[in-house]
Amino acid sequence: MLDGILIGLTTALSLQNLAFVMIGCLVGTFIGMLPGLGPMSAIALMIPIASTLDPAAGIILMAAVYYGAIFGGSTSSILINAPGVASTVATSFDGYPMAKSGKAGKALAIAAYSSFSGGVIAAIFLLLAAPYLASVSLAFQSTDYFALMVLGLVAVAAFAGSGGLVKALLMTVVGLMLSTVGTDQTQGVPRFTLGMLDLIDGISFLLLVMATFALSEALLAIMRTKGGDTDASRKQERDATRELGSMAVSKEEVREMVPVIGRSSVLGFIIGVLPGAGATIASFLAYGTEQRLAGAKKGKLFGKGSVRGLSAPETANNAAATGSFVPLLTLGIPGSGTTAIMLGALIGYGIQPGPRLYLDAPDVFWSVIVSMWIGNIVLLILNLPLIPYIARVLAIPSRFLLPLILFFSLIGVYFVSFNTFDIQLMVIFAVAAVTLRILDFPMAPMILGFILGGMMEENLRRALLINDNSWSFLWERPLTLSILVIAALVLIVPIVLPMLRKKKTEMQGD
Amino acid sequence: MKHLIGAAAAAALLIAGTAASAQDEVVEDIHFLIPGGPGGGWDGTARGTGEALTKAGIVGNASFENMSGGGGGKAIAHLIETDDAGVLMVNSTPIVIRSLQGVFPQSFRDLTPVAGIIGDYAALVVHTDSDIDDLGELMAADNVAIGGGSVAGGMDHLVAALVVKATGGDPVGVKYIPYDAGGKAMAGLLSGEIGALSTGLSEAIELARQGEVRILCLTSEERVDATPDTPTCNEAGAEGATFVNWRGFFGAPGLSDEQAAQYQEALAAMYETDAWVAVRDRNGWVEIFNSGDDFTAFLEGQEKEIGDLMRELGFL
Repeated sequence: MLDGILIGLTTALSLQNLAFVMIGCLVGTFIGMLPGLGPMSAIALMIPIASTLDPAAGIILMAAVYYGAIFGGSTSSILINAPGVASTVATSFDGYPMAKSGKAGKALAIAAYSSFSGGVIAAIFLLLAAPYLASVSLAFQSTDYFALMVLGLVAVAAFAGSGGLVKALLMTVVGLMLSTVGTDQTQGVPRFTLGMLDLIDGISFLLLVMATFALSEALLAIMRTKGGDTDASRKQERDATRELGSMAVSKEEVREMVPVIGRSSVLGFIIGVLPGAGATIASFLAYGTEQRLAGAKKGKLFGKGSVRGLSAPETANNAAATGSFVPLLTLGIPGSGTTAIMLGALIGYGIQPGPRLYLDAPDVFWSVIVSMWIGNIVLLILNLPLIPYIARVLAIPSRFLLPLILFFSLIGVYFVSFNTFDIQLMVIFAVAAVTLRILDFPMAPMILGFILGGMMEENLRRALLINDNSWSFLWERPLTLSILVIAALVLIVPIVLPMLRKKKTEMQGD
Repeated sequence: MKHLIGAAAAAALLIAGTAASAQDEVVEDIHFLIPGGPGGGWDGTARGTGEALTKAGIVGNASFENMSGGGGGKAIAHLIETDDAGVLMVNSTPIVIRSLQGVFPQSFRDLTPVAGIIGDYAALVVHTDSDIDDLGELMAADNVAIGGGSVAGGMDHLVAALVVKATGGDPVGVKYIPYDAGGKAMAGLLSGEIGALSTGLSEAIELARQGEVRILCLTSEERVDATPDTPTCNEAGAEGATFVNWRGFFGAPGLSDEQAAQYQEALAAMYETDAWVAVRDRNGWVEIFNSGDDFTAFLEGQEKEIGDLMRELGFL
C-alpha cells in the first residue's frame, strides 16, 4: 500500500501535473460559480482535454476541476443565495445570512476550510479502507434508503426557516407535492402535468431553486429599496460592505468548527459510500445533526448565520463526494452523475474500475486518491487569496448587482434546457415565492421536500413492489427499523423534552 | 449513465478542429437538432457524429441546436413544422416507445428515417452467487424480481417481458422493479435486493468480466465478439427474442430521396475514418449501421413488436 501511495505522490507532484492542478482548480471554481453549471458539467467539459493527456495527468486535472467546481458552487450559494446544485442548498441556509450581514469573506473562508477538511479527512478514510468498504456500499437496500430519506426530512424540515413550525411543515408538504409532478417513476404514467408536454419530465431542481431562492431574493430586495439613489444610501451601502473582504475567523469560532468538521466528515463519508444517497442527503443530515447537538442557545442561531450551520453541510458534502468514489472504484458502480462522468473518463483511458482494479492496477487506484489530496490542497492555497476579491461581488451597488442576479439566474436555467417554457415557469414560481415570503413562509423546507420527496417515494414504492405490497419490511429489516426509530426520536424528543423539564420544575416548585 | 458519458462527446466539440483529410466532402452543411439538453445521450450522439463528420472532411460544417421538452416531442413538432431539408434530428428507441404511449402525437412515420448508426444489445443478468445458471432456470424460478434502469413500461421492462414471452411464459407475470438509473439498478442486483437485472450489454460486460455478475443471454441475432461464451436469448430458449437499443437520425418529412441518400452516403463513409473511431471508442459505442428502407422496415418491426407487447402488458 505504501508503495502505491509513493507512486501516486511522485506522479502527482511533477511540475507538469502541478500546473494542471492549478489550471483545473481555477477553471473549476469559475465554472462552479455559474448557476446551472456544477461539478458534473465542469468535469464533462474537461474530458476532451483530459483525454489527450496521459491517464495520471488527466485524472489529476479532473479531480482539480471537480473540487474547484464544488467550491465555486458554494460561492454562489453564499453570496447570492443561488445554490446551483442540490448539495449546496444547505450551505445557503447559514452562508447567505452570514454574507448578507457583511461577513461574506468570513463565510467563504469557513466554507473553504470546511470543504478542505471534509475532502482531506474523507480521502484518508478512502485510502485506508476503500477495498474493505465495498460491502458497506451494498448493505443498503431500497427500504433502508427510504428510511434514510425520512430521517433527512425530519432532521431539517421542522426548523429550516424562520416562520414557525406549522409554516415550515406546510412548505415541506408543498415541496413533496411539487416532486410528484411529471412522469411517475414506477408506473410510467404522467401525473399532475395539466396535459402539458413541457411538464412530462417534471419540474427541474435547478429551475425551482433559482426561482424560489435567487430570483425571489432579488425581487424582494428590489421591493425593499427605498429612497432611490441618494448620496446617503450610497454611503450606507459603502459602510455595510467595508468588512466584506475580511476573512478573520476568531479562535472561539475555530474551536466551534473543529468538532463539527470531525463529525460531519465521518457522517458525510459514510453517506457518500452508499450509491443511492450522496452529497445532498449527507449535507442535510449533517446540518440537522449539528443543529440538535449545538444546544438550545447555539441551535437558535442556525438559519441566521451560524458558523456551525455553515461548516457542517460544507464538510459533509465534500466528504460524501469523496466517499462516492468507493462504489465507483471498488464496484464499478457510479452512485452520482459526477462519478458516472468520471467512470466514462476512466474507461476512456482503458481503466475499468471494479473489484479487480485495486489488484490489477494499483498505481491508478492510488494516484486517483492521491490526486484528491493534491486537488484539495492546491484549491485551498489558490482560493484563499482570491476570497477577498470574490467577496467584493457584494460590494457592487445593488442597482447593478440585482439585475445581474436576475439575468444569470434566468440564463442559467435556460442554458440547461433551451426551453422557453422553463423561463415562464420560473417567473410564476418566483412571484409565488415572493408572496409566500412576505407572508413569512420559509422556502428551505419546500426545496428540501422537493429534493427528498422524489427519492423517498421511489424507494418506498420499489420496496413495496419487491415485497409484494407488504409493509412488513418497515419493522422486519433491522437497519430500516433502526433508522426509522432514530427519525421518530429526532421528531419527538425536542417536543417532549421541554414538557418533561417543565413538569420537573413544577414538581420541584411544590 | 450512458447519457452522462455522452457529455464527453458534447464537450469535445469545444476544441474540435476542422482538420483536412483525403475524404471528399459529401454534404456542405448539417444542422443537428437535439431533442434534449446538453450532456444527454442524444446530445453526445449528435455532437460526436458531427465531430467525426467534420474532422474527416465528409461534411463541411456542422451546427447544433438543443430543444428539450415533452420527452422529445417538442423537437419532432418543430422539425415537421419547419420542414427544413438541412436538418437532421437525432433520436433513439424511445421515439418508438413514447409515440406508442401517446407522449407525443407524432411517430417516426411523420419524419424521414435516415439511418440508425449505433446501438446496444440488451442483456439479462444475475449475481454470480445466484442459483440461477441460465435463462431456463430464471423462467422456472418463482417470483424473481427483475430490475431495470427505466420506468415500468419502459425499455428495460419491455425487454424482460419480451424474453419471458418468447420462452412461452406470461409477460404480465414479470415482477419488474424500476430504478432511476442503470447504475443504481446494478447496485440493487449486487446488494441482493433483486434477483435479476434487465440492462444494456455495455453496462454489464465489465462486471461480468470481473466475475461479479453472470449474463444469462443477449438480445442479439448472433453471439457477440466481446463475450463469445454468452448465448443469445434465442439460443437460450427465448425463440426469436431480439432487441436493439439503437440511436440514429431523422430528416424533415419533405426530405427528397436524393437528399436522404446524400446523408446516408456521408454517414456510411464516416465509419471508415479515424475521427469516427476515436469518437466511437471514447464513448464505447457499438456500430449498428442501418440505413434507408432497411431502417424504416426495422422501425416498423420494432414498433409492432413493442406495441403488441405493451398492449399485452396493459400499458396501452
